[in-house]
Amino acid sequence: MNDEHPNEFHQDDDRRWLDDPRNVTRIVYGLALLCLLALAADIFYTKHPHFSVEHWPGFYAVYGFTGSVGLVLAAKGLRRWLRRDEDYYEPPERDESVEELPGRNRDDD
Amino acid sequence: MMTSPALLLILGAAGVPLLRGGRLRQALILSLPVAGLVMLWLLPEGTSASFALFGLELTPVRVDALSRLFATGFLVAALLTSVYALHLRDSLQQAVILAYAGTAVGGALAGDLLTLFVFWELAGLSSAFLIWAGRTERSYRAGMRYLVAQLISGLLLLAGTALRVQEGHGLEFSYLGLNGPGDALILAGVGLKCAFPLLHAWLTDTYPEATVVGTVALSPFTTKLAVYVLARGFPGTEMLIWVGVVMTVFPIFYAVIENDLRRVLAYSMINQLGFMVAGVGIGGALGVNGASAHAVADMVFKSLLFMAMGAVLLRTGTVKGSELGGLYKSMPQTTVLCMIGAASISAFPLFSGFATKSLIMEAVGQEHRTVVWLLLLFASAGVFHHAGIKIPYFAFFAHDRGFRVPEAPLNMRVAMTMAAVLCVGIGVAPNLFYELLPHTMDYAPYTAPHVINQLQLLLLASMAFTLLVRTGLYPPELRSVNLDADAVYRRALPAGWNALTRTVPRLRRTVGTPLGHCATALWDTTVRSSVNGRVIAPWSTHSMVWWAVLLLGGVLLLALL
Repeated sequence: MNDEHPNEFHQDDDRRWLDDPRNVTRIVYGLALLCLLALAADIFYTKHPHFSVEHWPGFYAVYGFTGSVGLVLAAKGLRRWLRRDEDYYEPPERDESVEELPGRNRDDD
Repeated sequence: MMTSPALLLILGAAGVPLLRGGRLRQALILSLPVAGLVMLWLLPEGTSASFALFGLELTPVRVDALSRLFATGFLVAALLTSVYALHLRDSLQQAVILAYAGTAVGGALAGDLLTLFVFWELAGLSSAFLIWAGRTERSYRAGMRYLVAQLISGLLLLAGTALRVQEGHGLEFSYLGLNGPGDALILAGVGLKCAFPLLHAWLTDTYPEATVVGTVALSPFTTKLAVYVLARGFPGTEMLIWVGVVMTVFPIFYAVIENDLRRVLAYSMINQLGFMVAGVGIGGALGVNGASAHAVADMVFKSLLFMAMGAVLLRTGTVKGSELGGLYKSMPQTTVLCMIGAASISAFPLFSGFATKSLIMEAVGQEHRTVVWLLLLFASAGVFHHAGIKIPYFAFFAHDRGFRVPEAPLNMRVAMTMAAVLCVGIGVAPNLFYELLPHTMDYAPYTAPHVINQLQLLLLASMAFTLLVRTGLYPPELRSVNLDADAVYRRALPAGWNALTRTVPRLRRTVGTPLGHCATALWDTTVRSSVNGRVIAPWSTHSMVWWAVLLLGGVLLLALL
C-alpha cells in the first residue's frame, strides 16, 4: 500500500493519495465507522426472520466477522497440507522470467 | 424449415474467418448475437414443428419462459464476449466464441434429450479450441484434459438418454426427476459439467489455462447450460441442496490461498454454481426463479471479473497475486469496472447479486432449513472475501509492484462497461429483470431488514479482512499451486500407470521365469508319463485338419454372435 522508494519510478510518476499510509489508516477508520453505523441500524427496524438466530442482536455482523476470520485462518492452516511448488504438475511455460514482463519498471524488494 | 438463433450463430460463425477485411469481420461478429436476440424474441412460445428420426420424436426448438431466459443470457454474454474479443487478429477465436455461444443457445432451446446431447457435445468440442488457442504445449495438454471431461459428460448424458428411451419414457426433455438408472446417469453427466464436488477439477484446472479472451468466453456458457438442465429436469431434488451447499463452501478455502487470480475466479464460479444448485434443490417457484436469475446475473458479473483479469494479463503478462499490485495507477478504469463486478458477485445492495442471490436465500428461509441457510450465509461472506476483496485488492492495490502499463484496449473497456451497466441495472431495477423469470412470484429484495442485514454481513467481513491484513495474519500470496482433485488424474493416475509398467517386467523376471521353468518341467513329466508318449508322437494330417476346422469355426461363430 505504502511505497518507500518513490524516486525509483519514472519522473512523471506522482505520488497518489493512497501512497500515504496516513490516508490508508483514515480509510480503515471510515470502514470502522460504517460498521458501527450498520450495527446501530439494528435498532431501527422490525425483524421478520425465518430463523430464531436472526433475533439475536447484530447476528449478521458477528457471523460475518467470525466467519471471515475463521475462513482465512482455516485456509492458512490448510495451505500447510495443500501447498506445492509451482512446477509440481509441469514446468512453467509462460512467465519463467517475471523480471522481463512488459511495462515493469523495477524489480520488487 | 424451423428457425433457431442457435443455427444463425453457428452458421454465421463459419463466415467469420472468411472475411479478411477488419471492419467487415467486426460488423459480422457484432451483428450475429444481436440478430440472434431479435430472432429469439420474435419466436412464439411453444415448440417448433417436431419430426421423427428412427421412430423417435425430435423437437429442436422449444421456447418457454425458462428456455428464453437462459437463451437471452447466453446471447447477451455472446455479445459482451464478442466486443471483448474485437481487437484480436485471431479469427479462429472470434469464430469459436460465436459457434460456442450458438451451441449453448441451442442446448437451452432443445425440446428433447437427443438435441440437447448434440449441442452439449458441440459445446464441449468448440470450446476446447479456446484453450488450444494459446498454441503452447501447456495449453494443448490442458485442452485435452478439458475435452476428456466434456466428452465423458456427454457420454453419460447419452447413456442416460438411451436408458430412458429403453424404459419407454421417450426423448422428451421436461421434468426428469431421480427415478431410475437413466436419470442418475443424466444427473452425473450434468453434474460433471456443473462442477459438482470432486467432479469439479476440470474447471479449476483448465479454465485459467485458456487465452485472455478464451477464459472470458468459457465462463458463461457450459456451466450455466448445466444449471439450466438441472432447473428443468431436477427441480426439488433433495440431494441437490446438499451438493449445492458443499459447492458453495469448499471452494472459498481454496480461493483464499490460490495465487493465480483467474483460478481464484474459477473457484468462486463453483461457489456461485453451488448457490444455483441449492436453489434448484429447494425447487418451487422461488427456488427455480432464484437459480435461473442468479445464473443469468452470474453470466454477466463473472464475465466482467474475468474480463478485468484478462485485461491485467494482457497488459502485465501475469495474473498472479504474488506478482501484481498497485495497478490502479495505470489502469484506473479497469479498476473501477472490476470493483463493480466484485460488488455484484458479493451481492452488495444496488448490484445484481443482491437481487438474484437473495431469491435463493429466501427460498431456503421459507423452507426453514437452518443448517443449509447458515452454511450459505457463511459462503456469502466467503465469496465477498475472495472475489469481492481479494481480486481487486491484490491486483490493483496492495503493494505497488511497479507496473506502469497502458490502460486496457478500448473494445475491452467498452465490453466491461456494458457488463457493468447490466450489473447495476439488474441491481437497481430488479423488478424489470424478475419479469423475465419462469414463475410468477411475490418478492421484494429492497426491504429495510434485508438491506441492513446484508450490509452488516459484508461490512464486518471487510473489517475482518482489513484487520487480518494489517496485523499480518492474512496468508501472503505465494508462488505455488494447491493440491485439489485434479491431482488424481494429473499425478496419482500417471504415477500409478508408471509404477505398473515398471513392476510388470520386474515381476516377469523374478516370478514369471521360475514359474515358466516349473511349468515346462511339469509338462515334460506329464507327456513322458502319458501312455506310450502318445501326445508327443507326430499327429496325423487327418486329425490336424479337424482341429483346424474346429478352431476356425469357433472363431467365426464368436465373431458373428
